[in-house]
Amino acid sequence: MTVKLTILSAVGSLIWGTLLAAMRVSPVPLMRGFGTAYVNIVRNIPLTVIIVFASLGLSDVFGMTMGAADDFDTQSFRLAVLGFVVYTAAFVCEAIRSGINTVPVGQAEAARAIGLTFSQILGHIILPQAFRSVIGPLANVLIALTKNTTVAAAIGVAEAALLMKEMIENEAQTLAIGAVFALGFVVLTLPTGLILGWLSKRLAVKR
Amino acid sequence: MTSVLYDAPGPRAKRRNVLFSVVFFVLLALLLWWIWQTMDDKGQLKWALWKPFTQSEAWTTYLLPGLADTLKAAALAMVIALPLGAFFGIARLSDHRWVRGTAGTVVEFFRAIPVLLLMLFANEFYVRSTDISSEQRPMYAVVTGLVLYNASVLAEIVRAGILSLPRGQTEAAMAVGLRKGQTMTNVLLPQAVTAMLPAIVSQLVVIVKDTALGGAMLGFTELLNSRQTLAAVYATVIPSFIVVAAMYIVLNFMLTSFASWLEGRLRRSKKSTGAVLGEDTVEVNPAAVRGTYGTGENTGGGGGLT
Repeated sequence: MTVKLTILSAVGSLIWGTLLAAMRVSPVPLMRGFGTAYVNIVRNIPLTVIIVFASLGLSDVFGMTMGAADDFDTQSFRLAVLGFVVYTAAFVCEAIRSGINTVPVGQAEAARAIGLTFSQILGHIILPQAFRSVIGPLANVLIALTKNTTVAAAIGVAEAALLMKEMIENEAQTLAIGAVFALGFVVLTLPTGLILGWLSKRLAVKR
Repeated sequence: MTSVLYDAPGPRAKRRNVLFSVVFFVLLALLLWWIWQTMDDKGQLKWALWKPFTQSEAWTTYLLPGLADTLKAAALAMVIALPLGAFFGIARLSDHRWVRGTAGTVVEFFRAIPVLLLMLFANEFYVRSTDISSEQRPMYAVVTGLVLYNASVLAEIVRAGILSLPRGQTEAAMAVGLRKGQTMTNVLLPQAVTAMLPAIVSQLVVIVKDTALGGAMLGFTELLNSRQTLAAVYATVIPSFIVVAAMYIVLNFMLTSFASWLEGRLRRSKKSTGAVLGEDTVEVNPAAVRGTYGTGENTGGGGGLT
Protein backbone atom coordinates (compact mmCIF):
# COMPACT_ATOMS: atom_id res chain seq x y z
CA MET A 1 0.00 0.00 0.00
CA THR A 2 2.82 2.38 0.86
CA VAL A 3 4.48 1.67 -2.50
CA LYS A 4 1.25 2.10 -4.47
CA LEU A 5 0.49 5.35 -2.70
CA THR A 6 3.99 6.62 -3.38
CA ILE A 7 4.03 5.81 -7.09
CA LEU A 8 0.62 7.27 -7.88
CA SER A 9 1.30 10.45 -5.90
CA ALA A 10 4.75 10.80 -7.47
CA VAL A 11 3.38 10.67 -11.03
CA GLY A 12 0.56 13.08 -10.23
CA SER A 13 2.72 15.62 -8.45
CA LEU A 14 5.36 15.48 -11.19
CA ILE A 15 2.80 16.52 -13.81
CA TRP A 16 1.14 19.19 -11.69
CA GLY A 17 4.49 20.44 -10.39
CA THR A 18 5.86 20.84 -13.92
CA LEU A 19 2.78 22.80 -14.94
CA LEU A 20 3.22 25.03 -11.88
CA ALA A 21 6.89 25.58 -12.68
CA ALA A 22 5.97 26.53 -16.26
CA MET A 23 3.46 28.99 -14.86
CA ARG A 24 6.03 30.52 -12.53
CA VAL A 25 8.39 31.42 -15.37
CA SER A 26 5.75 32.32 -17.95
CA PRO A 27 5.44 35.80 -19.51
CA VAL A 28 1.88 36.21 -18.25
CA PRO A 29 2.00 38.02 -14.88
CA LEU A 30 -1.26 36.56 -13.63
CA MET A 31 -0.01 32.99 -14.09
CA ARG A 32 3.26 33.88 -12.35
CA GLY A 33 1.31 35.31 -9.45
CA PHE A 34 -0.89 32.26 -9.18
CA GLY A 35 2.08 29.89 -9.26
CA THR A 36 3.96 31.84 -6.59
CA ALA A 37 0.92 32.14 -4.35
CA TYR A 38 0.12 28.45 -4.67
CA VAL A 39 3.64 27.34 -3.81
CA ASN A 40 3.99 29.68 -0.85
CA ILE A 41 0.62 28.83 0.64
CA VAL A 42 0.77 25.07 0.19
CA ARG A 43 4.36 24.81 1.38
CA ASN A 44 3.52 26.40 4.72
CA ILE A 45 0.55 24.20 5.58
CA PRO A 46 1.36 20.94 7.38
CA LEU A 47 0.72 17.89 5.21
CA THR A 48 -1.37 16.44 8.03
CA VAL A 49 -3.79 19.34 7.79
CA ILE A 50 -4.15 18.83 4.03
CA ILE A 51 -4.71 15.09 4.35
CA VAL A 52 -7.19 15.39 7.21
CA PHE A 53 -8.97 18.15 5.34
CA ALA A 54 -9.25 15.93 2.26
CA SER A 55 -10.95 13.31 4.36
CA LEU A 56 -13.14 15.36 6.72
CA GLY A 57 -13.75 18.44 4.61
CA LEU A 58 -13.91 17.20 1.05
CA SER A 59 -15.60 13.88 1.49
CA ASP A 60 -17.75 14.33 4.60
CA VAL A 61 -18.99 17.86 4.04
CA PHE A 62 -18.88 18.29 0.28
CA GLY A 63 -19.63 14.67 -0.49
CA MET A 64 -16.67 14.33 -2.83
CA THR A 65 -16.36 10.59 -3.45
CA MET A 66 -13.69 10.40 -6.16
CA GLY A 67 -15.84 7.89 -8.02
CA ALA A 68 -15.89 5.36 -5.21
CA ALA A 69 -18.94 6.25 -3.19
CA ASP A 70 -19.68 2.88 -1.70
CA ASP A 71 -16.13 1.73 -1.05
CA PHE A 72 -14.71 3.63 1.89
CA ASP A 73 -11.17 2.24 1.58
CA THR A 74 -10.79 3.14 -2.08
CA GLN A 75 -12.25 6.54 -1.42
CA SER A 76 -9.84 7.49 1.34
CA PHE A 77 -6.97 6.06 -0.72
CA ARG A 78 -7.83 8.34 -3.63
CA LEU A 79 -8.33 11.32 -1.35
CA ALA A 80 -4.91 10.65 0.18
CA VAL A 81 -3.35 10.58 -3.31
CA LEU A 82 -5.06 13.88 -4.07
CA GLY A 83 -3.67 15.40 -0.87
CA PHE A 84 -0.14 14.18 -1.60
CA VAL A 85 -0.27 15.49 -5.17
CA VAL A 86 -1.41 18.93 -4.00
CA TYR A 87 1.33 19.10 -1.37
CA THR A 88 4.27 17.52 -3.17
CA ALA A 89 3.63 19.45 -6.40
CA ALA A 90 4.72 22.64 -4.62
CA PHE A 91 8.12 21.07 -3.87
CA VAL A 92 8.46 19.55 -7.33
CA CYS A 93 7.74 22.99 -8.75
CA GLU A 94 10.51 24.57 -6.67
CA ALA A 95 12.98 21.83 -7.65
CA ILE A 96 12.25 22.23 -11.35
CA ARG A 97 12.43 26.01 -11.10
CA SER A 98 15.87 25.74 -9.55
CA GLY A 99 16.76 23.36 -12.40
CA ILE A 100 15.63 25.94 -14.93
CA ASN A 101 17.95 28.39 -13.23
CA THR A 102 20.93 26.08 -13.74
CA VAL A 103 20.54 26.01 -17.54
CA PRO A 104 23.06 28.50 -18.93
CA VAL A 105 21.60 31.79 -20.11
CA GLY A 106 23.15 31.27 -23.55
CA GLN A 107 20.83 28.37 -24.26
CA ALA A 108 17.71 30.47 -23.90
CA GLU A 109 19.32 33.38 -25.74
CA ALA A 110 20.29 31.17 -28.67
CA ALA A 111 16.79 29.74 -28.78
CA ARG A 112 15.32 33.22 -28.83
CA ALA A 113 17.77 34.28 -31.51
CA ILE A 114 16.48 31.60 -33.89
CA GLY A 115 12.96 32.81 -33.22
CA LEU A 116 11.42 30.12 -31.04
CA THR A 117 8.39 31.08 -28.99
CA PHE A 118 8.20 30.82 -25.22
CA SER A 119 6.50 27.43 -25.19
CA GLN A 120 8.99 26.07 -27.74
CA ILE A 121 11.94 27.39 -25.74
CA LEU A 122 10.61 25.87 -22.55
CA GLY A 123 9.47 22.58 -24.09
CA HIS A 124 12.36 21.87 -26.45
CA ILE A 125 15.38 23.61 -24.99
CA ILE A 126 15.11 24.45 -21.30
CA LEU A 127 12.99 21.75 -19.67
CA PRO A 128 14.84 18.73 -21.15
CA GLN A 129 18.10 20.11 -19.77
CA ALA A 130 16.53 21.23 -16.52
CA PHE A 131 15.00 17.81 -15.86
CA ARG A 132 18.33 16.09 -16.22
CA SER A 133 19.96 18.43 -13.74
CA VAL A 134 17.19 18.12 -11.13
CA ILE A 135 17.08 14.33 -10.96
CA GLY A 136 19.00 14.56 -7.67
CA PRO A 137 16.65 17.04 -5.98
CA LEU A 138 13.63 15.22 -7.41
CA ALA A 139 14.97 11.99 -5.93
CA ASN A 140 14.99 13.74 -2.54
CA VAL A 141 11.39 14.78 -3.06
CA LEU A 142 10.50 11.19 -3.94
CA ILE A 143 12.21 9.84 -0.84
CA ALA A 144 10.49 12.42 1.33
CA LEU A 145 7.20 11.47 -0.33
CA THR A 146 7.79 7.82 0.51
CA LYS A 147 8.22 8.77 4.14
CA ASN A 148 5.30 11.19 4.03
CA THR A 149 2.87 8.51 2.90
CA THR A 150 2.79 7.37 6.55
CA VAL A 151 0.69 10.47 7.22
CA ALA A 152 -2.16 8.85 5.29
CA ALA A 153 -2.62 6.63 8.34
CA ALA A 154 -4.34 9.65 9.89
CA ILE A 155 -7.34 9.10 7.61
CA GLY A 156 -7.30 5.34 7.83
CA VAL A 157 -5.43 4.25 4.71
CA ALA A 158 -3.92 0.88 5.53
CA GLU A 159 -0.25 1.68 4.93
CA ALA A 160 2.82 1.03 7.04
CA ALA A 161 2.29 3.44 9.95
CA LEU A 162 -1.25 2.30 10.60
CA LEU A 163 -0.22 -1.35 10.41
CA MET A 164 2.58 -0.69 12.85
CA LYS A 165 0.29 1.13 15.25
CA GLU A 166 -2.20 -1.74 15.22
CA MET A 167 0.47 -4.38 15.56
CA ILE A 168 2.12 -2.60 18.46
CA GLU A 169 -1.22 -2.35 20.22
CA ASN A 170 -1.93 -6.05 19.75
CA GLU A 171 1.45 -7.70 20.14
CA ALA A 172 3.98 -7.67 22.90
CA GLN A 173 7.30 -7.22 21.08
CA THR A 174 7.26 -3.46 20.57
CA LEU A 175 10.92 -3.27 19.78
CA ALA A 176 10.90 -6.03 17.19
CA ILE A 177 7.91 -4.60 15.31
CA GLY A 178 9.42 -1.11 15.34
CA ALA A 179 12.69 -2.48 14.03
CA VAL A 180 10.99 -4.41 11.20
CA PHE A 181 9.07 -1.35 9.98
CA ALA A 182 12.13 0.87 10.30
CA LEU A 183 14.11 -1.64 8.29
CA GLY A 184 11.35 -1.75 5.69
CA PHE A 185 11.65 1.98 5.12
CA VAL A 186 15.43 1.85 5.02
CA VAL A 187 15.10 -0.83 2.33
CA LEU A 188 12.66 1.35 0.38
CA THR A 189 14.46 4.68 0.58
CA LEU A 190 18.15 3.81 0.47
CA PRO A 191 18.11 2.04 -2.95
CA THR A 192 15.90 4.79 -4.38
CA GLY A 193 18.49 7.33 -3.31
CA LEU A 194 21.40 5.28 -4.64
CA ILE A 195 19.80 4.40 -8.01
CA LEU A 196 18.58 7.91 -8.70
CA GLY A 197 21.89 9.37 -7.54
CA TRP A 198 23.68 7.14 -10.03
CA LEU A 199 21.14 8.09 -12.72
CA SER A 200 21.59 11.79 -12.09
CA LYS A 201 25.34 11.42 -12.52
CA ARG A 202 24.87 9.42 -15.73
CA LEU A 203 22.41 11.82 -17.27
CA ALA A 204 23.99 15.05 -16.06
CA VAL A 205 24.53 17.54 -18.86
CA LYS A 206 28.29 17.67 -19.36
CA ARG A 207 29.52 21.23 -19.40
CA MET B 1 16.45 34.26 -15.60
CA THR B 2 12.80 34.76 -16.17
CA SER B 3 13.29 37.55 -18.61
CA VAL B 4 15.81 35.50 -20.58
CA LEU B 5 13.15 33.03 -21.58
CA TYR B 6 11.18 35.48 -23.73
CA ASP B 7 11.79 38.72 -25.59
CA ALA B 8 10.46 42.03 -24.45
CA PRO B 9 6.90 41.83 -25.77
CA GLY B 10 6.09 43.71 -28.95
CA PRO B 11 2.59 44.79 -29.89
CA ARG B 12 1.46 41.32 -30.98
CA ALA B 13 3.02 39.55 -28.02
CA LYS B 14 1.45 42.11 -25.71
CA ARG B 15 -1.94 41.40 -27.20
CA ARG B 16 -1.34 37.67 -26.85
CA ASN B 17 -0.27 38.06 -23.24
CA VAL B 18 -3.38 40.06 -22.47
CA LEU B 19 -5.44 37.34 -24.14
CA PHE B 20 -3.73 34.65 -22.04
CA SER B 21 -4.23 36.72 -18.91
CA VAL B 22 -7.92 37.09 -19.64
CA VAL B 23 -8.36 33.38 -20.40
CA PHE B 24 -6.46 32.37 -17.27
CA PHE B 25 -8.35 34.91 -15.20
CA VAL B 26 -11.66 33.55 -16.45
CA LEU B 27 -10.60 29.99 -15.66
CA LEU B 28 -9.45 31.03 -12.19
CA ALA B 29 -12.65 32.97 -11.61
CA LEU B 30 -14.68 29.98 -12.76
CA LEU B 31 -12.81 27.75 -10.32
CA LEU B 32 -13.33 30.19 -7.46
CA TRP B 33 -16.97 30.62 -8.41
CA TRP B 34 -17.40 26.83 -8.47
CA ILE B 35 -15.82 26.50 -5.02
CA TRP B 36 -18.00 29.32 -3.71
CA GLN B 37 -21.10 27.77 -5.26
CA THR B 38 -20.37 24.33 -3.82
CA MET B 39 -19.79 25.81 -0.38
CA ASP B 40 -23.02 27.73 -0.70
CA ASP B 41 -24.89 24.60 -1.77
CA LYS B 42 -23.69 22.75 1.28
CA GLY B 43 -24.52 25.71 3.47
CA GLN B 44 -20.91 26.39 4.45
CA LEU B 45 -21.13 30.15 3.99
CA LYS B 46 -23.77 30.72 6.62
CA TRP B 47 -22.68 33.31 9.13
CA ALA B 48 -23.49 30.99 12.01
CA LEU B 49 -20.57 28.75 11.00
CA TRP B 50 -18.07 31.59 10.90
CA LYS B 51 -19.40 33.48 13.90
CA PRO B 52 -17.46 31.49 16.55
CA PHE B 53 -14.20 32.84 15.17
CA THR B 54 -15.23 36.41 15.91
CA GLN B 55 -15.90 35.59 19.54
CA SER B 56 -13.26 35.22 22.17
CA GLU B 57 -14.54 31.91 23.49
CA ALA B 58 -13.48 29.85 20.49
CA TRP B 59 -10.02 31.35 20.67
CA THR B 60 -9.38 31.18 24.39
CA THR B 61 -10.86 27.72 24.89
CA TYR B 62 -9.63 25.90 21.81
CA LEU B 63 -7.36 27.62 19.34
CA LEU B 64 -4.96 29.49 21.62
CA PRO B 65 -4.22 26.54 23.96
CA GLY B 66 -3.72 24.44 20.84
CA LEU B 67 -1.37 27.01 19.40
CA ALA B 68 0.48 27.15 22.73
CA ASP B 69 0.99 23.37 22.68
CA THR B 70 2.14 23.47 19.06
CA LEU B 71 4.63 26.20 19.91
CA LYS B 72 5.78 24.44 23.06
CA ALA B 73 6.46 21.15 21.28
CA ALA B 74 8.09 22.88 18.32
CA ALA B 75 10.27 25.08 20.52
CA LEU B 76 11.37 22.16 22.70
CA ALA B 77 12.17 20.06 19.65
CA MET B 78 14.14 22.92 18.08
CA VAL B 79 16.10 23.65 21.23
CA ILE B 80 17.12 20.02 21.66
CA ALA B 81 17.55 19.16 17.98
CA LEU B 82 19.81 22.08 17.03
CA PRO B 83 22.72 21.32 19.41
CA LEU B 84 22.28 17.58 18.88
CA GLY B 85 22.33 18.08 15.12
CA ALA B 86 25.41 20.27 15.34
CA PHE B 87 27.09 17.66 17.53
CA PHE B 88 26.39 14.80 15.13
CA GLY B 89 27.28 16.91 12.11
CA ILE B 90 30.68 17.69 13.59
CA ALA B 91 31.10 14.10 14.78
CA ARG B 92 30.65 12.92 11.20
CA LEU B 93 33.65 15.04 10.25
CA SER B 94 35.81 13.63 13.03
CA ASP B 95 39.30 12.34 12.35
CA HIS B 96 38.66 9.17 14.33
CA ARG B 97 37.05 6.48 12.28
CA TRP B 98 34.89 4.99 15.03
CA VAL B 99 33.39 8.38 15.97
CA ARG B 100 32.73 9.11 12.30
CA GLY B 101 31.25 5.68 11.68
CA THR B 102 28.97 5.68 14.72
CA ALA B 103 27.63 9.16 14.04
CA GLY B 104 27.17 8.32 10.36
CA THR B 105 25.18 5.18 11.13
CA VAL B 106 22.94 6.94 13.63
CA VAL B 107 22.27 9.84 11.28
CA GLU B 108 21.60 7.71 8.20
CA PHE B 109 19.34 5.38 10.14
CA PHE B 110 17.08 8.01 11.67
CA ARG B 111 16.97 9.99 8.45
CA ALA B 112 15.58 7.01 6.54
CA ILE B 113 12.62 6.42 8.87
CA PRO B 114 9.42 8.45 8.67
CA VAL B 115 9.06 10.81 11.61
CA LEU B 116 5.56 9.44 12.26
CA LEU B 117 6.92 5.94 12.89
CA LEU B 118 9.45 7.41 15.32
CA MET B 119 6.66 9.20 17.17
CA LEU B 120 4.45 6.10 17.35
CA PHE B 121 7.34 4.04 18.56
CA ALA B 122 8.38 6.61 21.17
CA ASN B 123 4.81 6.78 22.41
CA GLU B 124 4.64 3.03 22.84
CA PHE B 125 8.05 2.99 24.46
CA TYR B 126 6.94 5.56 27.04
CA VAL B 127 3.78 3.57 27.76
CA ARG B 128 5.71 0.42 28.51
CA SER B 129 8.95 1.53 30.01
CA THR B 130 8.33 4.77 31.88
CA ASP B 131 5.71 6.18 34.20
CA ILE B 132 5.03 9.48 32.48
CA SER B 133 1.40 10.45 33.04
CA SER B 134 -0.87 9.85 30.09
CA GLU B 135 -1.61 13.57 29.60
CA GLN B 136 2.08 14.32 29.29
CA ARG B 137 2.97 11.31 27.15
CA PRO B 138 1.88 12.48 23.67
CA MET B 139 3.93 15.62 24.11
CA TYR B 140 7.04 13.65 25.09
CA ALA B 141 6.50 11.25 22.20
CA VAL B 142 6.09 14.06 19.67
CA VAL B 143 9.19 15.86 20.89
CA THR B 144 11.24 12.65 20.92
CA GLY B 145 10.21 11.76 17.38
CA LEU B 146 10.87 15.25 16.09
CA VAL B 147 14.24 15.48 17.83
CA LEU B 148 15.51 12.13 16.56
CA TYR B 149 14.51 12.80 12.97
CA ASN B 150 15.34 16.48 12.70
CA ALA B 151 18.60 16.26 14.59
CA SER B 152 19.86 13.82 11.97
CA VAL B 153 18.69 16.02 9.10
CA LEU B 154 20.26 19.05 10.78
CA ALA B 155 23.46 17.05 11.20
CA GLU B 156 23.57 16.58 7.43
CA ILE B 157 23.00 20.31 6.91
CA VAL B 158 25.80 21.22 9.33
CA ARG B 159 28.15 18.77 7.63
CA ALA B 160 27.32 20.14 4.19
CA GLY B 161 27.77 23.69 5.48
CA ILE B 162 31.22 23.01 6.93
CA LEU B 163 32.32 21.08 3.85
CA SER B 164 31.24 23.96 1.62
CA LEU B 165 33.87 26.26 3.16
CA PRO B 166 37.12 26.66 1.24
CA ARG B 167 39.83 24.24 2.37
CA GLY B 168 42.18 27.15 2.88
CA GLN B 169 40.24 28.15 5.99
CA THR B 170 41.16 24.93 7.79
CA GLU B 171 44.71 25.01 6.52
CA ALA B 172 45.22 28.62 7.59
CA ALA B 173 43.78 27.89 11.03
CA MET B 174 46.15 24.94 11.41
CA ALA B 175 49.05 27.03 10.18
CA VAL B 176 48.56 29.63 12.92
CA GLY B 177 48.61 26.77 15.44
CA LEU B 178 44.96 26.40 16.43
CA ARG B 179 43.89 23.04 17.76
CA LYS B 180 41.13 21.07 16.04
CA GLY B 181 38.46 22.22 18.49
CA GLN B 182 39.53 25.82 18.16
CA THR B 183 39.52 25.57 14.38
CA MET B 184 35.98 24.31 14.48
CA THR B 185 34.54 26.77 16.99
CA ASN B 186 36.47 29.90 16.05
CA VAL B 187 36.94 29.55 12.30
CA LEU B 188 34.68 27.05 10.61
CA LEU B 189 31.35 27.17 12.50
CA PRO B 190 30.83 30.95 12.50
CA GLN B 191 31.25 31.02 8.73
CA ALA B 192 29.26 27.89 8.08
CA VAL B 193 26.25 29.09 10.08
CA THR B 194 25.64 31.99 7.72
CA ALA B 195 25.75 29.74 4.70
CA MET B 196 23.56 27.12 6.36
CA LEU B 197 20.86 29.46 7.63
CA PRO B 198 18.32 29.06 4.79
CA ALA B 199 18.51 25.27 4.98
CA ILE B 200 18.30 25.29 8.80
CA VAL B 201 15.26 27.54 8.77
CA SER B 202 13.36 25.43 6.28
CA GLN B 203 14.05 22.49 8.59
CA LEU B 204 12.67 24.49 11.53
CA VAL B 205 9.53 25.13 9.49
CA VAL B 206 9.35 21.36 9.00
CA ILE B 207 9.45 20.91 12.79
CA VAL B 208 6.54 23.29 13.25
CA LYS B 209 4.55 21.53 10.55
CA ASP B 210 5.29 18.05 11.83
CA THR B 211 3.89 18.76 15.29
CA ALA B 212 0.53 18.38 13.56
CA LEU B 213 1.28 14.67 13.11
CA GLY B 214 1.10 14.18 16.86
CA GLY B 215 -2.30 15.82 16.90
CA ALA B 216 -3.70 13.51 14.27
CA MET B 217 -2.20 10.23 15.42
CA LEU B 218 -1.32 10.45 19.12
CA GLY B 219 -4.01 12.71 20.51
CA PHE B 220 -1.53 15.44 21.39
CA THR B 221 -3.65 18.53 22.06
CA GLU B 222 -2.03 20.87 19.55
CA LEU B 223 -3.61 23.13 16.96
CA LEU B 224 -4.96 20.44 14.64
CA ASN B 225 -6.35 18.44 17.53
CA SER B 226 -8.06 21.44 19.14
CA ARG B 227 -9.53 22.17 15.72
CA GLN B 228 -11.25 18.83 15.90
CA THR B 229 -12.74 19.58 19.31
CA LEU B 230 -13.76 23.02 18.17
CA ALA B 231 -15.38 21.68 15.01
CA ALA B 232 -17.28 19.17 17.09
CA VAL B 233 -18.53 21.82 19.51
CA TYR B 234 -19.56 24.48 16.97
CA ALA B 235 -20.11 22.13 13.99
CA THR B 236 -17.82 24.22 11.79
CA VAL B 237 -15.62 21.83 9.85
CA ILE B 238 -14.59 23.85 6.80
CA PRO B 239 -14.22 27.26 8.50
CA SER B 240 -12.11 25.74 11.27
CA PHE B 241 -9.79 24.12 8.71
CA ILE B 242 -9.37 27.40 6.87
CA VAL B 243 -8.63 29.31 10.08
CA VAL B 244 -6.12 26.71 11.32
CA ALA B 245 -4.35 26.56 7.95
CA ALA B 246 -4.10 30.35 7.97
CA MET B 247 -2.60 30.21 11.46
CA TYR B 248 0.06 27.74 10.32
CA ILE B 249 0.86 29.87 7.28
CA VAL B 250 1.26 33.01 9.38
CA LEU B 251 3.40 31.15 11.93
CA ASN B 252 5.76 29.71 9.32
CA PHE B 253 5.86 32.95 7.38
CA MET B 254 6.97 34.78 10.52
CA LEU B 255 9.71 32.19 11.05
CA THR B 256 11.04 32.56 7.51
CA SER B 257 10.83 36.37 7.58
CA PHE B 258 12.76 36.45 10.83
CA ALA B 259 15.37 34.15 9.32
CA SER B 260 15.87 36.24 6.20
CA TRP B 261 16.17 39.35 8.38
CA LEU B 262 18.76 37.55 10.54
CA GLU B 263 20.61 36.35 7.47
CA GLY B 264 20.77 39.85 6.06
CA ARG B 265 22.16 41.10 9.36
CA LEU B 266 24.81 38.37 9.57
CA ARG B 267 25.88 38.97 5.99
CA ARG B 268 26.14 42.70 6.54
CA SER B 269 28.16 42.51 9.72
CA LYS B 270 30.50 40.00 8.08
CA LYS B 271 31.10 42.29 5.14
CA SER B 272 31.74 45.37 7.27
CA THR B 273 34.56 43.67 9.12
CA GLY B 274 36.13 42.65 5.87
CA ALA B 275 35.71 38.94 6.51
CA VAL B 276 35.91 36.31 3.83
CA LEU B 277 32.21 35.86 3.50
CA GLY B 278 31.02 38.20 0.84
CA GLU B 279 28.67 38.26 -2.06
CA ASP B 280 30.28 35.26 -3.66
CA THR B 281 29.77 32.97 -0.68
CA VAL B 282 28.69 29.53 -1.73
CA GLU B 283 25.39 28.78 -0.11
CA VAL B 284 24.76 25.25 0.97
CA ASN B 285 22.76 23.75 -1.79
CA PRO B 286 19.67 22.75 0.19
CA ALA B 287 18.89 20.18 -2.45
CA ALA B 288 22.10 18.39 -1.59
CA VAL B 289 20.73 17.55 1.81
CA ARG B 290 18.18 14.82 1.55
CA GLY B 291 14.94 15.63 3.24
CA THR B 292 15.03 19.38 3.15
CA TYR B 293 14.28 21.96 0.57
CA GLY B 294 15.51 25.45 1.08
CA THR B 295 13.81 28.50 -0.19
CA GLY B 296 16.64 29.57 -2.47
CA GLU B 297 16.39 33.13 -3.67
CA ASN B 298 12.69 33.04 -3.20
CA THR B 299 11.73 35.69 -0.65
CA GLY B 300 8.15 34.62 -0.19
CA GLY B 301 9.04 32.35 2.67
CA GLY B 302 8.44 28.67 2.70
CA GLY B 303 9.02 25.40 4.29
CA GLY B 304 10.49 22.05 3.61
CA LEU B 305 9.07 18.75 2.73
CA THR B 306 8.95 15.95 5.30
